[in-house]
Amino acid sequence: MDTAITILLDGLVFSSYLFIVSVGLTIIFGVMKILNVTHGSFYAWGAYTAAFLIGVAANAGWPDWAGFGIIFFSAIVVGLVLGLILERGILQFMYHRDEVLIVLATFGTFLVLEDVILLVFGVNPYFAFQPMALLGSVQLGGIARDTYGLTLIGLAVVVAAACWLTLKRTRWGKLLSAVIYDREVSVAMGLNVTRVYIVTFTLGAMFGALGGAYIAPTVSVAPGFGIDVIVLSFAVVVIGGMGSVPGAMIGALAVGLVRALAVHKFPQFELFVIYAVMATVLVFRPEGLFAPVKVRKI
Amino acid sequence: MRQLRKLAIPVLVAAALVPALPAQAADTVKMSVVAFLSGPAAGPFGVPSRNGAEVIIAAINDGKLPAPYNTKGLAGRTIEAEYLDENGGNTKQVAEYRNMVEKRGVDVALGYISSGTCAALTPVAEELKKLTVFAVCGTPRIFEDAKPQYVFRTMSHATSDNVAAALYVKEHFPKITSYTAINQNYAWGQDSWRDFDATMSLITKAKPSEKLQWPKIFQGQYATEISALLLDKAELIHTSLWDGDLESFVFQGDTRGLFKKKKVIFTVAETSVYRLGKRMPDGLIVGARGPYGAIVRDNPSELNKWFIDAYKDRFGQYPSGPAYQYAQAVLAVKVAYDAAAQKAGGFPTQDQVIAALRGATFESFATTVKMNLGGGHQATTENGYGITKWDPKAGELKLEKVKFYPADCVNPPEGENSVEWIKGGMKGAKC
Repeated sequence: MDTAITILLDGLVFSSYLFIVSVGLTIIFGVMKILNVTHGSFYAWGAYTAAFLIGVAANAGWPDWAGFGIIFFSAIVVGLVLGLILERGILQFMYHRDEVLIVLATFGTFLVLEDVILLVFGVNPYFAFQPMALLGSVQLGGIARDTYGLTLIGLAVVVAAACWLTLKRTRWGKLLSAVIYDREVSVAMGLNVTRVYIVTFTLGAMFGALGGAYIAPTVSVAPGFGIDVIVLSFAVVVIGGMGSVPGAMIGALAVGLVRALAVHKFPQFELFVIYAVMATVLVFRPEGLFAPVKVRKI
Repeated sequence: MRQLRKLAIPVLVAAALVPALPAQAADTVKMSVVAFLSGPAAGPFGVPSRNGAEVIIAAINDGKLPAPYNTKGLAGRTIEAEYLDENGGNTKQVAEYRNMVEKRGVDVALGYISSGTCAALTPVAEELKKLTVFAVCGTPRIFEDAKPQYVFRTMSHATSDNVAAALYVKEHFPKITSYTAINQNYAWGQDSWRDFDATMSLITKAKPSEKLQWPKIFQGQYATEISALLLDKAELIHTSLWDGDLESFVFQGDTRGLFKKKKVIFTVAETSVYRLGKRMPDGLIVGARGPYGAIVRDNPSELNKWFIDAYKDRFGQYPSGPAYQYAQAVLAVKVAYDAAAQKAGGFPTQDQVIAALRGATFESFATTVKMNLGGGHQATTENGYGITKWDPKAGELKLEKVKFYPADCVNPPEGENSVEWIKGGMKGAKC
């Protein structure tokens, strides 16, 4: 029983992390049809900024709980600054180009931002353990669990609910849905697609940065931090269906739970299972589990 | 005619410059020092490695090393060092190595932390016939699967780390009945576990767990693996995690009480002793891959005291293991050049330097290095472990219960394969 509870909790924690880091990627793809490799940079910059500021706050004698405010502040600032710079500075000039070229442009930007991280933060890792240490641990399923890790589940629920409410219950969400459904018709109906793109890209960048900032207190934030997350996010988004927020949630849950089961029961297959899930889904549903309906144009 | 004149000017300028080049090169020995200067391994490994090399190269050039190494330069010539980044994978490193040898004409290639890179470079070094000194990388296969003539390694290979780990566990925790592991899923992690498990099976009655954790390198998040380790009934955990992975594992495991519930032996965690300080919990069993860094801080040799002082003066902190290991590689090159020059009666050729380093024995910072494996190309030293303990008075993390095992105890004899030696009962081991 303890093992079952532990697998479930481990799976949910990892799924929550995956959902938070991949939701921005899927929103940007859904609206803008861009596979944004720079998402890994948003994640890394979020982590570095949060870790750096938490360290500064700790040295200045701020209480440990201030770290939580810093995490959200870092995500917003990084998302706003990097999102706006990239969308207005690079992507807006490429919307009419081939999708492959746009992917290459985001890949190039990712490499540049990786080097800028080295210039700004140096090569030494950053530690921002205060928020995790503050929350301590709780006994669940017969073992100690770090409370901070469990809060990831709550954060993922909040992010998912906010996305759902925004898309389904607000005017802005309906505008987004219209652009996702058909960009050309949206433009013809007088919708300001440029503004939708700016807001969407900035929002996606904030989610990417939030994933990095929230995970920063649990890890050593070091150069190369944003590379793996692109691959993982991509796997989640492909499983769920590119551009679908519910798909990202289901994809994250599938990957997280299957991986937790593998680590506990068949650890030698840990590296393999994520991509096995992806390959299986692609065999039976090449468009992913929840891909938005594509309009057939005549 | 006009075109001929146009061509003649650069040709004449080039011809005028050419004689100057060998004269400049003749005054120096060009040395490429390669370490991770970016990527997750830069902070814990690459930067201290480069710093250690910088400190000793400066001292060698100034003739300020303690005796008997207090002569200037390598056989009288100044070291002209260039520092290169090891990050980027084996293909990039092979290309960079060819550039440094064929285009920039380096005399010595030195460094390398990744076992994969060392394995990839060895045949290239042989093809280009260039003196190459590996400073840190651990895989024993370099000199067990082949007999390279131009490649040396100036510290023990990874087998000694894991044999010493098993000996330490047996001596200090004799009641351990079961053990498990978390190691990165590539050659380093797999070889480390193989050697530790084989030695434990040989010298103790403890049983290994059936469920071993094999996370991906640079994974960073270990929540699920830590849960599995906590649920596992094994009393001891073996790990060769390094770089940022090691430090992330320490943070996450500490928050969840892993180190209070289990004994954990880290084969490479000395690199984090100074970096993490109080954030590293008490009671961790820590290795330094030999007599380096925090584990030999109190070693009274003159060379060791000089190195610690010089490093602290320059960088404001104590040198960790990788700083020692790179400095030791540079020291080995000096020993070889000086010995070869003395024998040749003048500045030596590369072949004379290689002959001098092959099978050499020299005093390093806190140990005697013997180049006595791999046909005299692979070094052996003693290997040891200690247990972390925060010293509130000094405000420092220290290692207590430090125990070293002799080189002849933790390394296979010359000509023997490491795995077969352990499985065959470690015959000839002088413990």
